[in-house]
Amino acid sequence: MSSPQFREPLIEVKDLYVYFYTYAGVVKAIEDMTFTIYKGEKFCMVGETGCGKSVTSRALANIVPSPGRIVKGKVIYYRDGKPINILELSEEQLREIRGKEIAYIVQDPSSALDPLYTIGYQIVETMIDHYTVKDWKEGYKRAVELLREVLMPDPEQRIKNYPHELSGGQRQRAVISIGLSNMPRLLIADEPTSSLDVTVQAQLLELLRRLVREHGLTLFLITHDMGVVAEMCDRVAVLYAGNIVELAPVDEIFKNPKHPYTMGLLRAVPNPQADIEKLEPIPGTIPNLIYPPPGCRFHPRCPFARDVCKREKPPLVEVGPGHYVRCWLHAE
Amino acid sequence: MVEPLVHVEGLKKYFPAGGFLKKVWVKAVDGISFDILEGETLGLVGESGCGKTTTGRLILRLIKPTAGKVLFAGKDVTRLRGKELKAFRREANIVFQDPYTSLDPRQTVFNIIMEPLKTHGIQVDDPEGFVTKLLYEVGLNETHLYRYPHEFSGGQRQRIAIARILALRPKFIVLDEPTSALDVSVQAQILNMLKELQKKYGLTYLFISHNLGVVRYMSNRIAVMYLGKIVEIAPAKTLFENPLHPYTKALLASIPVPDPEAARAKPKIQITGEPPSPINPPPGCRFAPRCPYAKDLCRQKEPKLKEVEHNHFVACWLY
Ligand SMILES: Nc1ncnc2c1ncn2[C@@H]1O[C@H](COP(=O)(O)OP(=O)(O)OP(=O)(O)O)[C@@H](O)[C@H]1O
Ligand SMILES: Nc1ncnc2c1ncn2[C@@H]1O[C@H](COP(=O)(O)OP(=O)(O)O)[C@@H](O)[C@H]1O
Ligand code: SF4
Ligand code: SF4
Ligand SMILES: [Mg+2]
Ligand SMILES: [Mg+2]
Repeated sequence: MSSPQFREPLIEVKDLYVYFYTYAGVVKAIEDMTFTIYKGEKFCMVGETGCGKSVTSRALANIVPSPGRIVKGKVIYYRDGKPINILELSEEQLREIRGKEIAYIVQDPSSALDPLYTIGYQIVETMIDHYTVKDWKEGYKRAVELLREVLMPDPEQRIKNYPHELSGGQRQRAVISIGLSNMPRLLIADEPTSSLDVTVQAQLLELLRRLVREHGLTLFLITHDMGVVAEMCDRVAVLYAGNIVELAPVDEIFKNPKHPYTMGLLRAVPNPQADIEKLEPIPGTIPNLIYPPPGCRFHPRCPFARDVCKREKPPLVEVGPGHYVRCWLHAE
Repeated sequence: MVEPLVHVEGLKKYFPAGGFLKKVWVKAVDGISFDILEGETLGLVGESGCGKTTTGRLILRLIKPTAGKVLFAGKDVTRLRGKELKAFRREANIVFQDPYTSLDPRQTVFNIIMEPLKTHGIQVDDPEGFVTKLLYEVGLNETHLYRYPHEFSGGQRQRIAIARILALRPKFIVLDEPTSALDVSVQAQILNMLKELQKKYGLTYLFISHNLGVVRYMSNRIAVMYLGKIVEIAPAKTLFENPLHPYTKALLASIPVPDPEAARAKPKIQITGEPPSPINPPPGCRFAPRCPYAKDLCRQKEPKLKEVEHNHFVACWLY
C-alpha cells in the first residue's frame, strides 16, 4: 500500500539475501528484504553506516560487487506493465536497462566521471550508447539542454570542461544530467548530496523534486539524514543491520514511529528548529554483520528487549495502512 | 563583565597558492574578531573551506597568523615562549574530525593517553589507575587499556582522543567537527558526553561544525563564517529564531528539517550558486555575488561586524 496516487508497482524486491564472502567470514549484508517501489513516487531508504543501503540499491540493478553475491530473492521490474526478474537477465539485456531505464547516481561524483573526458563527451556517450540521439551533433545540443535543466551555470562552456575543472556541486549536476540523459524511469540516488555543502544540497534536492514532478520519474533515494527523508520522500524504509525494521508513509514514520530503533533514531537527531535540553542517544554500537546478534538484530541495544527477541527474528507485519514493522512488540 | 578566556582580534591567515609568475594567496581567514567566554561553548559554522579549521589552528598556535592577535587568558599566544608556551599547550587543545587518523595505530590506548603526560614531564603515581579513571570518564573501561585503535569503532576512537586531552586537565578545547564522521546514534552519545565533561570540569569549547542542528544543541553562542569572514554572531537561540545576515538566513533555510510538516511549511528562500574561491574573493561584501539584496554599495565597500541588538553582531549593509 502507498498513498492513494501511487498504486502501480515499478519494482518489487522479494525475499532478497545478499552476502559478502570475505576472509574474515560471511558478511550477512542483507537478509529477508521485501519491498515495493511504486511508479512516480519518491521512495527513501534510511539507516546508519553499513546497514545495507548501498548494497540494496546495487542489487536492484544487479551490480553487487564481488565478493558479494545475491544468494536468494527476486527483483521484479515492471517493464511496460510486464514483470521481468532483473536477477535472471543476461548481461546484454541488463545493459539495455541499466543507464537507460534505470539510472544510478552515487555519493561521490568524482568516481562517477572519467577524468580523461569532458563532461559533454560523457553525457553524449551515454545517449549514443542507448540510441537516444542519432549523432554526436544532436547529442551535444541535447547535452547543453540537460545541463541547463540541472541548473548548471553557463552550460555551453561547461560541456567543454573536464571533471577537475568543476566544483563538487557542479560535478554532481553533471552526474545527474548523465543519469537523466536517456530519460530513465527509475532514478536511484545513493546519498547524492552527502559530500556537498547544505546550500548546494538544498539546490540539488529541489532539482530532484522538480524532475520527479515534471518528468514522472520514480526516485529511489538513499540517505542517512532524517532531514533529507522528511523533505524528500513519500514513503520510507528504515534499515538496521541488513533488515528493514520499519516501512511507512513519511508522515507516519515521523509522527507515529513504532519500531524502537526508529524512535531512538528520531530522538538522537538534533533538530535545528528546536531548543533541545538533552538528546537521548541509542546506547551501544551497530553490530558486526559477520556475527549478527541472533533473533532481533537490534536486541542488544533495545530498551524493550524480551526473551523472545533474543531467540527469534520478528517478522515484518502490517500494523496500519501501509505501515510495516519488524518487532515482537507489534507482532501479536 | 566576565573576562574572555580567548580574545581574537583582526586575525588573518593567507596561504600561498601556486601562482607561477604572480604570487597569489588563499585568504583562508581574513580579519576576524571575537571573544570566547570562560565556560561557554562558541559554535563556529560555515560551509566547507570557509576557514573554520584554520581559525581553530590559529587560536591554538598550530599555525602562525599573517596578521592579528589571539589572547588566551590575557596573554598574547603568538608571543609565548618556553615555559609559558608549554603551559599553554597543556591548557588548550584540539579534537579532530577524523578519528581514524588522529590516533597512532601502533600504540595501545594506555600509551596513547600517557603520551602527552610524558611530553609535558608530568608524573603520576599509578599510571594504570589514572588512565582507567579517564577511560571511565569517556565511557570506556579497563578492558580497553591495552588494545589498539583499529579494534575500536569511530565513536570509541573519538572517546580515546578526548580522554587523551583530558589527561592534561585543559581549560579550552577546540572541537573540530568531532562527530562528523560518526553515525547519528553514536553522535548523540559523544555530544552528551562533551556537555557533561564541560560542566564537570568548567571547560571552554570552540565547537566547529557544518551541521547546524548539532551546533545549536552544543553552543551558547554561534558565529557564522563565510569565505574567511565572520558575518554574524549571536546567542544560539537568537541566531536560529532571528537570523539577520542574508547568508545566515539562506543557510538556515537550506538545512533539511527532520519533520515533514515543518519541511513543507518552510520558506523556500534558496540561494543559487556556490561559495566562490577564497583565492580571489570578491571585493566589498563577500556574499554579494549570491545575495538577493545586494546593492552597489555592497560590491564596493566591505560591511564591518556591528552590534545591532544586544549581543547580536552582524556584518551587512542592511543593518
Ligand atoms: N565489497 C564488500 N566486501 C565486504 N563487505 C561489504 C562490501 N560492500 C559492503 N559490504 C558490507 O555490507 C554491509 C552493507 O554495506 P552498504 O555499503 O550497503 O552499507 P550502507 O548502508 O550503504 O552504508 P553507508 O551509509 O556507510 O554508505 C556492510 O556490513 C558492509 O561492510
Ligand atoms: N595548509 C594550507 N595551505 C594552503 N591552503 C590551505 C591550507 N589550509 C587551509 N587552506 C585553505 O584555506 C581555506 C580554509 O580552509 P579550512 O580552514 O580548512 O576550512 P574549513 O575548516 O572551514 O572547511 C580553504 O580554501 C583551504 O583550501
Ligand atoms: S523485537 Fe524486541 S529487541 Fe527487537 S526492537 Fe522489538 S522489542 Fe526491541
Ligand atoms: S552587505 Fe549587501 S551583499 Fe552583503 S549580505 Fe548584506 S545586503 Fe547582501
Ligand atoms: Mg552506502
Ligand atoms: Mg575543517
